[in-house]
Amino acid sequence: MLASQIGYYSLILGLLFSFLLCVVSAKDFNKNKGVNQNILTLSFLQLMFVVVSFLSLILSFTNSDFSNETVFNNSHTTKPLFYKISGTWGNHEGSLLLWLLVLTLFIFIFLIKSREQPKKYRILTLLFQQIIIIGFFLFVLMTSNPFNYLFPIPQEGLGLNPILQDPALAIHPPILYLGYVGSSIIFSSSLAAVTQNYISKEWAQHIKKWVLVSWIFLTIGIMLGSIWAYYELGWGGFWFWDPVENVSLMPWLTLTALLHCILILERRVALTSWVVMLSITTFMLSMCGTFLVRSGILNSVHTFANDPARGIFILVFLFVLIFLSLGIFFLFHKENNKNLNNFFWLSKETSVLVNNWFMMYFLSVILIGTVYPIFLDVISTEKISVGPPFYQKLIAPFLVPFLLFMVFGPKLKWIKSKIENKKSLIIFSIISVILTFSILKNLTTDLLFYTVLISAAFLLFFSTLKELFVKKFNNISQVIAHLGFSMFILAILFNNILSSEIISNIKVGEKYSYNKSEIFFEKIKEKKESNYNSIVGYFKITDETGKIVQLKPEIRIYNQPRIITSEADIKTTFLEDKFLVMNLVKGDEYFNVRYQVKPFMLMIWISVLLLSLGGLIGLFKKKYEK
Amino acid sequence: MYGKKVKLRFLFLTLILISIILSIFLILQSLKDNVIYFQSPSEIKSLIELDKKKVRIGGMVKKQSISITSNEVNFVITDFKNEINVIYSGAVPNLFAEEKGVVAEGFLKDRNYFLATKILAKHDENYMPPEVKEAIGDK
Repeated sequence: MLASQIGYYSLILGLLFSFLLCVVSAKDFNKNKGVNQNILTLSFLQLMFVVVSFLSLILSFTNSDFSNETVFNNSHTTKPLFYKISGTWGNHEGSLLLWLLVLTLFIFIFLIKSREQPKKYRILTLLFQQIIIIGFFLFVLMTSNPFNYLFPIPQEGLGLNPILQDPALAIHPPILYLGYVGSSIIFSSSLAAVTQNYISKEWAQHIKKWVLVSWIFLTIGIMLGSIWAYYELGWGGFWFWDPVENVSLMPWLTLTALLHCILILERRVALTSWVVMLSITTFMLSMCGTFLVRSGILNSVHTFANDPARGIFILVFLFVLIFLSLGIFFLFHKENNKNLNNFFWLSKETSVLVNNWFMMYFLSVILIGTVYPIFLDVISTEKISVGPPFYQKLIAPFLVPFLLFMVFGPKLKWIKSKIENKKSLIIFSIISVILTFSILKNLTTDLLFYTVLISAAFLLFFSTLKELFVKKFNNISQVIAHLGFSMFILAILFNNILSSEIISNIKVGEKYSYNKSEIFFEKIKEKKESNYNSIVGYFKITDETGKIVQLKPEIRIYNQPRIITSEADIKTTFLEDKFLVMNLVKGDEYFNVRYQVKPFMLMIWISVLLLSLGGLIGLFKKKYEK
Repeated sequence: MYGKKVKLRFLFLTLILISIILSIFLILQSLKDNVIYFQSPSEIKSLIELDKKKVRIGGMVKKQSISITSNEVNFVITDFKNEINVIYSGAVPNLFAEEKGVVAEGFLKDRNYFLATKILAKHDENYMPPEVKEAIGDK
């Protein structure tokens, strides 16, 4: 109870400090000295207030203080301590408090890290960021206060949705938010840079770090969510083109585009307006993501029950920010295109532009696929959904030119270039095509299309691999990231082609045979844990080669809230995953069993990690070479 | 006549414009082929012509209607006015149970039989898909 009050009042104090910061920094703006030390102190104190507030919410959770409404709704005394803590941000109110925490943390780090930057630019960034922070403070305090008081105090909480009680999902939101909120710094800083006419090489060098940081966190955050969906939801896939997944992918695409554009800006001070537009768009898409997920507008299988009043607040806030940023952009922006005169088609600049074109194309596909059903629902009564085939059909063919450009693009030089090493490229292409064809020959019906697509991916794989060895760690971050991307594409394509699935209803003691394989349902055992009972199924699977694998999927019956979940059992090896999930349909006779063999799942995760490793190296490298 | 800069800009703009128009056209075209309409059992009863395309049907799983064999799960979706029989072989989500909301995706055999290819999962026992809520009239 005390903790809740401390938390609530420090939130209000944090809001007051926002206003204070605005006033002090506005006063300081025209003084000639450096940034007033007080501003730093105030920003630090604001951060501390939010930290205190966040800690007191965690404390309420660990103490199972059910006088707090958020705790009551999302926790339970029998829940393990780890999930009591992760439950803090596993709900709407707590997750917004986390947003706020990261917002204030990032602006503080920004102030410390930007000492060499011009004073006015720093102060303006702080001001823009404070506008966002105030918006979020008001949002939390008005519509989703995590410290609401309940009386009489309930004896027991409602518990956290069991599918959220999972280690991957415990760290997924914080990491994703670091990525989302990192884009808010890029947003504020690019607006500040526009007003100060400071979009320059120095600015690019300095903001590139923030772009990289957000990009890395966003990449890993999306991956964690995907890993979670893979083993927890029991559908045996890792990406469903579900609206909630799409909204996290959209800012990733613009951020990736921005990452490449910043390089041009850094070298050649070109594309300034495009960089600013991308910065604005990225943050808007991050906000949209929060809005769409939290408002309940999205018709998604991921949607949790929630409250429409919040949606309206975020929508209004979003529009304010959009008008503000576009207004600033058109009022202050001066195009700076001295360099446009020496422009040649065959250059690194063009290849980055091509990259951006593809990113924008993928973005519009996903945006339309996600928003169109909402739009149609608003203007008519028609209810539709857009399935995975839509995205696959529109994205897969475009991957071919995209991959080919990734082969050639990075080899080009700035300003003017010609293609070198033609011989090795030709050899690599021939190897790729032959390799792909010999692998695919008997595997797929759509031979031509897949051969072309996979050959392109192999070509990228080989040529970046060669780069890695030949160039001796020149440009290593880009090479590793691109290598990761080529492996990613290869892994998902082969996974897609080679996966096999058996679904059947089996009784205990029965066997199910197909081809030369066999699934034997040996027995079930019951198990009791502190917050759930579980039924463990023992399965013996004999594959074509006669190898026997034992898999033990579980059905968990959680006591609070009363929800049944299936825990898939997955045997992961380097080359393939064996995935088995079972489900009780009715009574206890038949179990609905889904068995999948999924090749290269591990490779998918590794390649995404490689992608982010590339970003990480870029972050610590002093300067971008060639 | 014009400077190189102006020419270049013009070329750029045309290229961008053309590619925008083309991609939007492409996206909308395939959107038309790939959307899945949502219908309630009553809407299906009143259909004049059966759609060959994939549809989604939502409502409640009727009480005592689930029957299960080794390769099929059959049940009845009702919106308390009309019903439709669903024939399904595939994986069943956790929260699938009698007298709970459900959304099934698949093809209509006729006005009384629906061959489902997928049953959609939900994550939250309190959550009812908005379409289902509407289809059963907020019961």
